[in-house]
Amino acid sequence: MKAIGLILAGGQSDRLKELCDVRATAAMPVGSSYRAIDFTLSNMSNSGINKVAVITQYNSRSLHDHLSSAKWWDLGRKQGGLFVFTPFLSKDNSYWFRGTADSIYQNITFLKRSNEPYVIITGGDTIYKMDYQDIINYHIDKNADITIVCKDIKNTDMDPHDFGILECDENMRMTDFEEKPVDTPASTLASLGIYVIKRTLLIKLLETINAEDRYDFVRDIITRYRKKLKIFGYCFDGYWKTINSITNYFNANMDFLNRDVRNIFIKEKPYIETKPKDEPPAKYNSGAEVKNALIGSGSIINGYVSNSVLFRKVFASDGSSINKSIIMEGSTIGKDCNIEYAIIDKEVVISDGKNVIGQPDNPIVISKGTVL
Amino acid sequence: MRKKEMLSMLLAGGQGSRLGILTSGKAKPGVSFGGKYKIIDFPLSNCINSGVSTVGILTQYQPLILNQHIGIGIPWDLDRRNGGVTMLAPHAKTGEKGEWYSGTANAIFQNIDYIDANDPEYVLILSGDHIYKMDYSKMLDYHKKNKCDVTIAVLEVSMEEASRFGIMNADEHDKIYEFEEKPEHPKSNLASMGIYIFTWDKLREALIEDNKIHADSDFGKHIIPKMLGEGKTLYAYRFKDYWKDVGTIESYWQANMELIQTLPEFNLYEDFWKIYTQNNHQPPQYTGSTGSVKTSLISDGCEIYGTVENSVISANVVIEEGAIVRGSIIMENCVIGKNSVIDRCIIDQNTIVGENVVMGVGDNVANEDKPKIYNTGITVIGSDTTIPSNVTIGKNCVVSGKAESKDFNGNTLASGKSIIVEEVVL
Repeated sequence: MKAIGLILAGGQSDRLKELCDVRATAAMPVGSSYRAIDFTLSNMSNSGINKVAVITQYNSRSLHDHLSSAKWWDLGRKQGGLFVFTPFLSKDNSYWFRGTADSIYQNITFLKRSNEPYVIITGGDTIYKMDYQDIINYHIDKNADITIVCKDIKNTDMDPHDFGILECDENMRMTDFEEKPVDTPASTLASLGIYVIKRTLLIKLLETINAEDRYDFVRDIITRYRKKLKIFGYCFDGYWKTINSITNYFNANMDFLNRDVRNIFIKEKPYIETKPKDEPPAKYNSGAEVKNALIGSGSIINGYVSNSVLFRKVFASDGSSINKSIIMEGSTIGKDCNIEYAIIDKEVVISDGKNVIGQPDNPIVISKGTVL
Repeated sequence: MRKKEMLSMLLAGGQGSRLGILTSGKAKPGVSFGGKYKIIDFPLSNCINSGVSTVGILTQYQPLILNQHIGIGIPWDLDRRNGGVTMLAPHAKTGEKGEWYSGTANAIFQNIDYIDANDPEYVLILSGDHIYKMDYSKMLDYHKKNKCDVTIAVLEVSMEEASRFGIMNADEHDKIYEFEEKPEHPKSNLASMGIYIFTWDKLREALIEDNKIHADSDFGKHIIPKMLGEGKTLYAYRFKDYWKDVGTIESYWQANMELIQTLPEFNLYEDFWKIYTQNNHQPPQYTGSTGSVKTSLISDGCEIYGTVENSVISANVVIEEGAIVRGSIIMENCVIGKNSVIDRCIIDQNTIVGENVVMGVGDNVANEDKPKIYNTGITVIGSDTTIPSNVTIGKNCVVSGKAESKDFNGNTLASGKSIIVEEVVL
């Protein structure tokens, strides 16, 4: 069924510290050659959703750079295609986006001018592979007003206090909803922030709540209308990771060292696409000693690398040792350095003989462009 | 609209038969090189990096891989509203039967309409089978400065080698007064690289006239001597950088191996003269805890669980645990099974090598069927081939097709022998 996609990529995460000083979370580099939004964008085009709007706000330069052409996701279309919306000034509006619902409301013309019956709303900073058509079909089957994709987080390391928690009856009809509960949550079904809703209903709801000066999608639509609307939960049990904190970001990258995770995202079709950078193959010189690591194209390795994720164009000098670390694009590690439990942002230079060592539960972060 | 100053015609129709099985299913410009590239990526990237954004690609022999690879030219930014890339295959014309391209100049002659439609002032003629980086805009400046009708890019070769090339005899200003094709006693060492800039109206005239005389009109044999004879202005443009003809199995292997040196003469890692290729899906490359890689190039999407030394590995290759690959070129989507040992081999794309296979051992006996092609010890495995487990393959061998254990006499293929399993079309 035809649908349009809305990717809310405006957010930043304070818990990502320095890493988010220079970019929106949706633009965070992930898995050696991707950015976080690639996963959602690829899911959209792989699900046959050809009209996708990315709504950005915070620190969107690197995101705009990444989205400079829509063709990599097959979204360079006359029918539909990729739209990127940022806040703008107009005669009757001079606000930044005041909330998630407001960010959609301020672009309501996009919704009104479309004719696709459904809208799929997602964030842009999670790592997963999903066929959105399955959810739309489920939504139609259930005759739902809103479908929320959720995950049973029992037996996972996901903290229920970080999520919206759904209570559902045996038909998966949502009976109650609590955002980031402080007490023991009533259920283990966590909302993944992915919604399907009829386009016309979304327009109506947005206009209603805006008239009441309400701006938040979760608080003012999901929570407030939880009893009035027919809201259903759709259980997703595949791989799903958020990168909203340093630890989560670190772990999500390290997950790519697991063959099963690589199979999902790299080996199995449909593929996750990204903006090509046309770097040459990775070069291993005679001193290279690489164990359990991802190496981005254009990297040149002279030293020891283990249990790490290296992005493109990383230069690792001889005598250096990199262990349990993430090294982003264009960084240089000098001779005889020891790097452990570190997240080294882009274009960092670590001089000869320097050590950068973090803690297993608290990796050290070196900001973009630092010369150490 | 701004007039097109220079248009490029890239000759990509040749088979390159000295590359043996590597060009049995694809034209030479479609052969992989340097891990993730194909040979044609080098001249094509040079075009876009030099600001030449209208490129006609002349195909003839086995064009499928080239057509798929180039598409509408997106990776090279050659998807243009005005110009861009156009695939030019031989075609039938009204009132006459279709003709193959019978010579390099004949191929251009048959596409005069295409060039006229773009209305360029100059035409750059390239061949799609060399490895080099060259700024054609500098060559065009030279052409204009010397008010040339033709500029021919030349390489200074050693006098011993000179008799293998088309040689330009030029005065002290590099103005050409004589051209000799593969002279026995060369008078100069300026070898033609097969790269020409012509002033289009001069070339157009020469092509039409020469077509009346020679049905197989060729630049080296006919057009250049003809224009020299008519007193046109021809200059040699000296090119001093890296340039490699990868026409034979040995030179192809050598040119790949040069790239793995610590500081290779040919640098792929420059930011401002990138070589572009079809690579929309660019996953990272993984080396496992059992893997070991030294002095090698490993391309996107590879999974290395075994040992790789002194090798060039293309995209999406899997090298399983215990396998050892040394001094070899493995092209895209191949799988090397557990505990197999590969020495000095070239394995073409989509080939599956079983477990415990030993390849490239024994005496250096030239190939029995094609001794002129396979004689330097390198064993070559064709594309889409299967090598069954537990077999031993010697040197200068050729295997192609879905081979089974029964094809190997006693699980061994001695040096110099070949197994070609023809595909059964049902």
